[in-house]
Amino acid sequence: MSIHQRSKSLASRGNELANTFFQLEVLNGHEMVESQFQSFEDKVSNLGFQPLRPSGIEIFQINIGKLCNQSCAHCHVDAGPDRKEEQMSRAHLEQCLSIIAATPGIHTVDITGGAPEMNAHFRWFVGEVSQLGKKIIDRCNLTVIVSNKKFHDLPRFFADHRVNVVSSLPYYNKIRTDAQRGQGVFDDSIKALRMLNEVGYGKEGSGLELDLVYNPSGAFLPGGQPTLEKEFKRHLKRNYDIDFNNLFTITNLPISRFLEYLLESGNYEAYMQSLVDAFNPATVQGLMCRNTISVSWDGYLYDCDFNQMLDLKVATAASRHLDDFDLQTLNKRPIVLNQHCYGCTAGAGSSCGGAIAE
Amino acid sequence: MTKEHYFSPDELKQFGNITEFQESMGKKYFDWYGEVMQEGALTAREKALIALAVAHAIQCPYCIDAYSGECLKQGSDEEQMMEAVHVAAAIKAGTTLVYSVQMMNHVKKLTM
Repeated sequence: MSIHQRSKSLASRGNELANTFFQLEVLNGHEMVESQFQSFEDKVSNLGFQPLRPSGIEIFQINIGKLCNQSCAHCHVDAGPDRKEEQMSRAHLEQCLSIIAATPGIHTVDITGGAPEMNAHFRWFVGEVSQLGKKIIDRCNLTVIVSNKKFHDLPRFFADHRVNVVSSLPYYNKIRTDAQRGQGVFDDSIKALRMLNEVGYGKEGSGLELDLVYNPSGAFLPGGQPTLEKEFKRHLKRNYDIDFNNLFTITNLPISRFLEYLLESGNYEAYMQSLVDAFNPATVQGLMCRNTISVSWDGYLYDCDFNQMLDLKVATAASRHLDDFDLQTLNKRPIVLNQHCYGCTAGAGSSCGGAIAE
Repeated sequence: MTKEHYFSPDELKQFGNITEFQESMGKKYFDWYGEVMQEGALTAREKALIALAVAHAIQCPYCIDAYSGECLKQGSDEEQMMEAVHVAAAIKAGTTLVYSVQMMNHVKKLTM
């Protein structure tokens, strides 16, 4: 069954929020909204992080393209079927490989998108990284597996390369999932999860890790990760006989299409206030920007995938692209902060690996 | 200043200020409330559903707003939340109907 797209990209609609500078103006109360919140930079500065610096790059996260078979309502990448041009080239992927091979401290290569599997060089790249002995994460939207015959063997391919599959599933029922990701997504996701289970993913003793990502389908924060994980496991097992390993709860950051939703639904002020009110100092040490470098499809470097989508490049002018990647310089960089960062410090915190604090 | 209506959402944000007139009791209440709502023998999700049901039974607009949001946050879906409200409604209806036993007994006593 084909997916009925939930949305179209901001870029294709010519929406002013497709302009990242405009998004930052909104977040800082200079456009569309009047509310201003304490500067996030001041907030962490008061805790002694002046500036916030990395603990050292351990995770090399690559956004290899914005092309996706889905157009989710909350997508911070503004990805979709129309984003065909922004795809990482083989030359840039080769540069990534050289850096990963030359940097022993990098233990994990985290591949994201769009739907990363739609990049023409994806399988070659995964094969090369697996030979380096690094952990590989593929952020798979699940439905891509059933979207086309040429992707039906992806579960076997992932298993052969011991890829940790991390998949978005915003809820364990159809209504909530399809409301966020498009009509038909839930049914296709269940099919894909069964295919992953069939090759051993999520099964005890297989060593093949299948993790799910929960992010709220609306203007509210995620609840406790352990409780939600239990609920997801109970419902998915009972209703669909599906197994998985971990559930990661991720907070929606107020950028891109989710920012558009917040503004259009009149929830922006209340949502930002809830993020600010829930600021948890215990999350700052564990923020993902401290051990991750994020690489865009065109080879630029960012502190995280969210900064990448706001076009906030790393602060180090001398090392801002794969062409001039310098580990020592990057490990000393001041991390670029802005108001959207409140999303990663709210409550138990949020990162690509889920909650940060207990 | 004249208020236009009762139950303004802004007033809920002032709830913490009740300690202004009685600090010790107010503080004890908030500490107790915090402990009650923590994960325990019941999950935070189950407690939020109970709170939502009670909010409807006592018809508190503040609590309904607060616990609709909390139930979503804790991972409940719309169907579960509505079932919780039906539980509250069923119990409330039952308490009305159970009084009819008193009515029936009294009527039986008075009539031939």
